[in-house]
Amino acid sequence: MNRATFEFNDGVDRVALKPLAEAYQFVLPEPIRIGVRNFFANLQDPWIALNQLLQGKVEEALSDGWRFIANSTFGIGGIFDIATDMRLPKHAEDFGQTLAVWGVDFGPYLVLPILGPSSARDAVGTAVASQAYLPWQLPKWLDLDHRVAWQNSLTAVDIVQTRANLLDATDLLEQAALDRYAFLRNAYFQRRRNLIYDGNPPPLPPSDGQSGAAPGERPNGTAGAPPGLHEDPPAPREASPTAPQSVDPKVPTNYEAVLAAGARRAAGGE
Amino acid sequence: MKRLLEGLVWAFAALAVPAATGEDLTPDALVKTVTQDVISVLKQDKEIQAGDRKKTIALVEEKVLPHFNFTRMTALAMGVNWRKATPEQQQALVNEFRTLLVRTYSTALSAYRNQAIDVKPLRAPPGDADVVVRSEVKQSGTEPVTLDYSMERTPNGWKVYDVTVGGVSLVTTYRDTFANEVRNAGVDGLIKALAEKNRQLETKRG
Repeated sequence: MNRATFEFNDGVDRVALKPLAEAYQFVLPEPIRIGVRNFFANLQDPWIALNQLLQGKVEEALSDGWRFIANSTFGIGGIFDIATDMRLPKHAEDFGQTLAVWGVDFGPYLVLPILGPSSARDAVGTAVASQAYLPWQLPKWLDLDHRVAWQNSLTAVDIVQTRANLLDATDLLEQAALDRYAFLRNAYFQRRRNLIYDGNPPPLPPSDGQSGAAPGERPNGTAGAPPGLHEDPPAPREASPTAPQSVDPKVPTNYEAVLAAGARRAAGGE
Repeated sequence: MKRLLEGLVWAFAALAVPAATGEDLTPDALVKTVTQDVISVLKQDKEIQAGDRKKTIALVEEKVLPHFNFTRMTALAMGVNWRKATPEQQQALVNEFRTLLVRTYSTALSAYRNQAIDVKPLRAPPGDADVVVRSEVKQSGTEPVTLDYSMERTPNGWKVYDVTVGGVSLVTTYRDTFANEVRNAGVDGLIKALAEKNRQLETKRG
């Protein structure tokens, strides 16, 4: 089923999204595209700040709040990202991560129509976040004339500019991956885990013996880690970033189970 | 999703750790030197900017390849299956995987847009033979993308054996594909699939 949705998304992308994004990139000069990207990125910051708060990260929430205020005003509606230069860096938070911090499991891996790789947990996160999607909600809240036209245009531009930002990456993916579906699925697991732990995930146990693998032992034996891609909610943040760990193969703890499940689905005629 | 894909670009751009005479350099100094080295070539070379692939590949071969341990990378991507392969098969796998990564890497270089790359000082005891060098790529309006190099000390200097972009390990990302391929068609099937992929890229790109 996931693979079928993946193929469907790929088809839509080939005939519609990608050509539009390429046209967008071809027609507009880079400084304008950066301004557009900043504008839409700015509209995400209030939601990011709120999620920081929901995860108990007050300092980051304030930073993201200031970021939004600074960019909306001095950055002229978010077109210029001046906050980064004011040491208010952009953060990556979303409601899926908040759910993870609250202890919700990753759930099964899902490929959503159009939206792409996700999980049961992250799909719920996306559904909730859609209620806070400002290009759609702002025209409503401000009760603008031609509300629907505003909503549709802003959303359409956001979709196209987002796709345009990804053109380099998807070209690369096409070259790098033998099987883009498997490549993306694996990358998605890793990426989400990294985001949930704000860039400092605890080391995973090695999935299997590697010839040539580092003999160095891992700092904390996590061999007894529970199966499942969900992690225990990260402990309250520590001030010091974790020291570099000896990097053993980094693989989801239930890597074998995921593989087996994939095989079962494939065999059962996905 | 977006961050993830952008990360992929950097996963490959990251392979550009340069070939300074690296034996006495600390791993973080090595990463820094090579990064600066490659970026300065990118900024100056008009032919590479215009998309000259042969020249880009040559740059990679000269500056980057010497600092990578492709055998270890391939072994990690193979996981348990590595030991099922004969020495000849292992050699073939390493060769094909290296070709694939080099090709892809030269594409990633064309995506470079003057982003600032900040290599962090190493936070590991001096005696460590296995370290992670961390760095960040900064870009307006987006959160910095982390770029971490897993490196090991060898008699020939420090070698990179994995690159992790925004938490996504390049080597690990290949694992599912490699495992599926070996399960369905054996080690030879994987070698064939990699060779086929490389052939396609060659005919497509010249």
